[in-house]
Amino acid sequence: MHEFVAQLINGISLGAIYALVALGYTLVYGILELINFAHGDVSTFGAFVALAVLEALGVHGALHGITLVVVSFLACGGAALSCAVVNAGIERLAYRPLRNAPRLAPLITAIGVSFILENVMQLWRGPAPVPVPGFFPNLVLTAGGMTVTLQQIVLVGMTIAATIVLQLVVKRTRLGMAMRAVAQDREAAALVGIDVNAVIAATFVIAGLLAGIAGFASSMYYQSTWFLNGFDAGLKAFTAAVLGGIGNLGGAVLGGFLIGIIEALATWQIGGQWSNVAVFAILVGVLVVRPSGLLGESVPEKV
Amino acid sequence: MIYLLIGIAVVATIVAGSMRSRALSRGVAIGALGLLAAVPLAVHDDATINLLADAGLYVILALGLNVVVGFAGLLDLGYAAFFAIGAYTYGMLASPQFGIHVPFWLLLFVAALLAALFGTVLGAPTLRLRGDYLAIVTLGFGEIVPQIFQNLTKYTGGPNGISALDIPRLGPYSFGLSATPYYEVTVALVALTILLVCNLRASRLGRAWTAIREDELAAKHAGIDTTRTKLAAFALGASFSGLAGVVFAAKLSLVSPDLFQFQVSVLIVSMLVLGGMGNVAGVIVGSLVLSTVNEAILPQADTLAERLFHLRVDLTADHYFIYGAILVAIMLLRPEGLLPNRERRAELHASADA
Repeated sequence: MHEFVAQLINGISLGAIYALVALGYTLVYGILELINFAHGDVSTFGAFVALAVLEALGVHGALHGITLVVVSFLACGGAALSCAVVNAGIERLAYRPLRNAPRLAPLITAIGVSFILENVMQLWRGPAPVPVPGFFPNLVLTAGGMTVTLQQIVLVGMTIAATIVLQLVVKRTRLGMAMRAVAQDREAAALVGIDVNAVIAATFVIAGLLAGIAGFASSMYYQSTWFLNGFDAGLKAFTAAVLGGIGNLGGAVLGGFLIGIIEALATWQIGGQWSNVAVFAILVGVLVVRPSGLLGESVPEKV
Repeated sequence: MIYLLIGIAVVATIVAGSMRSRALSRGVAIGALGLLAAVPLAVHDDATINLLADAGLYVILALGLNVVVGFAGLLDLGYAAFFAIGAYTYGMLASPQFGIHVPFWLLLFVAALLAALFGTVLGAPTLRLRGDYLAIVTLGFGEIVPQIFQNLTKYTGGPNGISALDIPRLGPYSFGLSATPYYEVTVALVALTILLVCNLRASRLGRAWTAIREDELAAKHAGIDTTRTKLAAFALGASFSGLAGVVFAAKLSLVSPDLFQFQVSVLIVSMLVLGGMGNVAGVIVGSLVLSTVNEAILPQADTLAERLFHLRVDLTADHYFIYGAILVAIMLLRPEGLLPNRERRAELHASADA
């Protein structure tokens, strides 16, 4: 039972990272119906930027108090901003010219961009996993035999905060209203005076910010990063977005946590080498039984 | 030497592909294949023949994937999985692993059937999905098939795979260690693949694929059973990959999970994109060009760069950068590929004007 709870907590922390990445997938898919294949790699790029910030600040070991907060903000902010720039650049160079092309075309460039990003990261920091200094103090909360680390609490807190802010942006602001309008009908949105390209670019910026936060979170939690991390994490986060119902923000978060928990439990029960197989089986199962996902509404195909 | 031979094959393909008359283009194709089959008589360098055989296998793979992506318009990102299934069929049924020694020729059929069967099993529940969901499901399938082969250590030798596979025989003649017999088999299979693919394309099924690719809803209303038609594309495309897998495994005398990673699937997609999806001649050219770049030019590029520009680079580490750049550049500059298929070109340019 203790082991089960421990694995559950582990899975929730894992899921918090997937949820952050899944939010970016779902945002972009919701507005463009494009699987931004490079999104996972953008997030890994964020992890490398966070590492670079930590190195530039000369961080070696655990920090405390106000230094911890400031350093975290700098690393997280640096990662988020650089990912936003990269993601917006990808949209401008690789997706916007293909806006009216058949749907396979941008998906293929997305794969190309993902390969390029992976290679750039490999050239930057080499082919081996790179350690990240553990700058969080080893604080452990124990209650009723369960243990939770400070990192885990911060991680889940970040995901919840990011989700709430994103919901507010999408539901309450003018930009959010424009995003929803473009998602529903691009031409009609243009007719009522919405600058469609600017709204799509803004969506990529927001998705990039989330990817950067996710990258920072994963480098903090795993204390290591690797140029190919984005591929696997991207696949799982996309699965999470589909599981929750793609285009649905709450669904992406729910899906992220579910995938994280499933992965942790599968690793515990049947071994880590089978966890990808389990995640994929779930993806196929969900798509077959409920193609619109757990929280998604079934949308008639656009003609 | 290798560049000359590949160059001849590319030119012959372009000529055969651009002929107005069917009889003429068939003549050029048969002549070129006959010429290619005679190459080992003149070239005695085993490494060159081996490279040519690999290029031939890529042609088969690309033509098979073209059935799925080019003809039917379904993006399959896990095509290497079927290649792995073919290769492991040979690895498990023609090796000391289980002491089973089924003849090579029989396994060609078995592997093609098995790959088609797996294609059907994967496709049946997922082909009703929209295009990009299918891409992700096939990607996941391509990820887990090598993973499963790696995990089932008891049967597949785990990460090390299975080695010392049987050497194929034709009657009393053993293939031995030279690349030539494998090359001849590959040329024959390339000829068979081209024949099958061209006939499929002109068939009722092939026209149904085009209809689905152009407008699935309209095709459905014209009375085409879209799910079954797409399933046929998936299964038939997969069978070519299974076929190529058997020759690949026999030639290498080894199968291991790391030979069938996602990058292989993307390499084959890049071949289609480069050459021109849907057009048989274009796909052949794309696969010949990229397999030469991949296997002959890139391994030598470092020494070349050093000699010419005194640059010390390690280009082999940047394979994926190059594929990625090819995918992006072609999609932006010439989305129809080097040798486009007519309808596809019209479609891409009409939509760009709109």
